[in-house]
Amino acid sequence: MAVLEVKSLKKSFGKTQVLKGIDFSLEKGEVLAIIGSSGSGKTTLLRCLNSLEFADNGTITVNGDVIFDAEQKQKFSESELRQKRLHFGLVFQQFNLFPQYTVLQNVTLAPTLLKKGTPEEIKANAVKLIESVGLSEKIDFYPCQLSGGQQQRVAIARALALQPDVLCFDEPTSALDPELTGEVLKVIRSLKDGNSTMIVVTHEIDFAHDVADKILFMADGVIEEFGTPEEVIENPKSERTKAFLSRVN
Amino acid sequence: MFSFDTIIQQFPVVFEALNVGFIQTLKLFFVTILGALPLGLIISFGSMSKFKPLSGLIKIIVWIVRGSPLMIQLLIIYFFPGLVLGTNIWGNGESGRFFAAAVAFIINYSCYFSEIYRGGIQGVPHGQQEAGQVLGLSKSQIFFKVTLLQMVKRIVPPMSNEIITLVKDTSLARIIALQEVIWAGQAFMKGSQGISGQIWPLFFTAIYYLVFNGILTLLFNALEKKLSYFKA
Repeated sequence: MAVLEVKSLKKSFGKTQVLKGIDFSLEKGEVLAIIGSSGSGKTTLLRCLNSLEFADNGTITVNGDVIFDAEQKQKFSESELRQKRLHFGLVFQQFNLFPQYTVLQNVTLAPTLLKKGTPEEIKANAVKLIESVGLSEKIDFYPCQLSGGQQQRVAIARALALQPDVLCFDEPTSALDPELTGEVLKVIRSLKDGNSTMIVVTHEIDFAHDVADKILFMADGVIEEFGTPEEVIENPKSERTKAFLSRVN
Repeated sequence: MFSFDTIIQQFPVVFEALNVGFIQTLKLFFVTILGALPLGLIISFGSMSKFKPLSGLIKIIVWIVRGSPLMIQLLIIYFFPGLVLGTNIWGNGESGRFFAAAVAFIINYSCYFSEIYRGGIQGVPHGQQEAGQVLGLSKSQIFFKVTLLQMVKRIVPPMSNEIITLVKDTSLARIIALQEVIWAGQAFMKGSQGISGQIWPLFFTAIYYLVFNGILTLLFNALEKKLSYFKA
């Protein structure tokens, strides 16, 4: 059974329709890369999945649990919504670490407030995650003492601490200097080996090709092409995909 | 005639009277702070409310309170109930005047503080709130555990400015004859405790404000330094 099923998702901001009916599904352990030009609706799609925006139409189902249904939007209470959100994790383009907390505190804050275990368990898990993103030495540092790449790795550890079913990345390397993107992509790659289900909005076509199981090319709020990297990147059928790929390469 | 000998001779009596006045000044200051800091936060939430009638009403109140002189507000709040409604709700004597002054100051300063809070809250990047949301935190958890300290860091400089102004503004309560330090200094012009026609006690009151504001400045600097461990 699919981990994630998205059906006929539509979203408008005022008169501009940003998503014009998005359908796709994702199996457990799969990595989906979403590519496309700016303004094609990639980020809006990700924000709808994470309930930062609410779609006007469509449904989102995770592990058989309907977490969003445009028709029943009013039914979910604030606390239900928070529960449903936890199916997803999101790593932001601008990291959005909490500046007043250390690396360790950033990772333990949400599990502690949501009572996801004893303080000892939460800390042990956080230490392990911080080690897995290669930042054990920086565990007591504050975000302002870290490079952009290090901050983004902390943000990944913070998202993983809540063990989301699907981990989303919104252009995780776009705010980084070119020499820092490698370390972040390496961490994302290592998560794939750990069998995490992930959705990555990215402009790094080579990375998408190497890591993703599926590629979703978006243009003007619709899925222009969906398939394996071989299908979409190496042998694109649509003219728009071809044009996009030739522009970015 | 001005002479240092007279001043030295009169100093003990004047000093004692000014101290009594300054205690009243301090009382008004601390009561205002205790009332206006929390009330200002509530008003700032009201002004940011998505419920337009509420935020509109709050904005009008803030406009009136910030747009008119505190001195007039003191006079209206103190005299209006007695003169127009026929009942002096504040009670008699110094305690009644203090009560009225405290109410006027708390209302006035909470409106100023509310705008500082609003700037502080809206200055925290929206991404901080979103990061809290996707981590499943509730609105109050996001406010208290994520936004609040970043807001505090942002508002320390404008707050210290406003609080130092408050120290000096307490002297406006003189207009309803609150017996604060300016009133105590002025008393020696008219004549009090055998001293009259002396203006130096009034001038000397400035020292009290200077010393107290000096201490506050040091405290605010220390707070700013304490919060400098992170960048927001």
